[in-house]
Amino acid sequence: MRELSLHILDLVQNAVEAEATKVMLEVVEDLSADTLIIRVRDNGRGMEKQECSKVVDPFHTSRTTRRIGLGLPLIQMSTQRCEGHLKIESEMGKGTLIEALYRHSHWDRPPLGNMADTLQTILVGNPMLDFHYLHRVDERSFSIAASEINEILGGVPLTQPEILQWLQGYLKENLAILYGGVENEES
Amino acid sequence: MKSLEDLKRLQQQVKAKTSLRHAAGTQVIVGMGTCGIAAGAREVMSAILNEIAKRNLEDVTVRQTGCIGMCEKEVLVDVVRVGQPRITYGRVTAENVPTIVAEHVVNGRIVEELVVAKIEE
Repeated sequence: MRELSLHILDLVQNAVEAEATKVMLEVVEDLSADTLIIRVRDNGRGMEKQECSKVVDPFHTSRTTRRIGLGLPLIQMSTQRCEGHLKIESEMGKGTLIEALYRHSHWDRPPLGNMADTLQTILVGNPMLDFHYLHRVDERSFSIAASEINEILGGVPLTQPEILQWLQGYLKENLAILYGGVENEES
Repeated sequence: MKSLEDLKRLQQQVKAKTSLRHAAGTQVIVGMGTCGIAAGAREVMSAILNEIAKRNLEDVTVRQTGCIGMCEKEVLVDVVRVGQPRITYGRVTAENVPTIVAEHVVNGRIVEELVVAKIEE
């Protein structure tokens, strides 16, 4: 996939399909260490050790487990092209942690892309999900929590036109500030 | 610059004008498996949300779902209107979205040339 934000959408969808009710998503860009880390932690059903080692194999996994097909192998390939790695930790009944690390300045690293649209899709498409997002770029950070938004909304759906417009603007503006007020690369 | 304070104000306004609704609206469901995402599901989702905001549609709910096994026909979008069969549109692009929203979601006319499945509820 051409954007990391599309892989991120895929990872969150995996968590939802693993019956997670809570998902913590982190994007940490450390320019001095030259790393970009994506972390998705969920409280879904988790996986056995054996399944865990198989999920990055596109041929074994798509048949044995319905929740993972090409998504994770594609992400693993993209991290390996960029001197990074994909780490998977999982415990049955507890949940899963996926960590993808990239060399930030690597020539082959896909751009983060349209993170605002990815967040909007997750928030609107999964209204019952306790979703938390934290994005750091060096010392700057932005976070948004579905629980906080829902508390303010008090039952008014996110899909109300005025609320949607607010959400789009809020995400775009705050993400832009992370990069010093300029729009993210290629968004 | 939009803030959570703005959201609080908006919530008050919306709540005041839309009491006792959100019960039986139209549902739009977008397929968001790896196959859907790779085929452009996020762009389709954004286009749907843009139409809702632009046309000021107040009784539409939007959900996402995983892979349903018609990967070659992604992006898949389902429209469910109360009392009508569930319609699945296939190979939907962001360009198709204004038509689907205007014809089907708003006016109840199925966009036949994009339909790949009909399920009687």
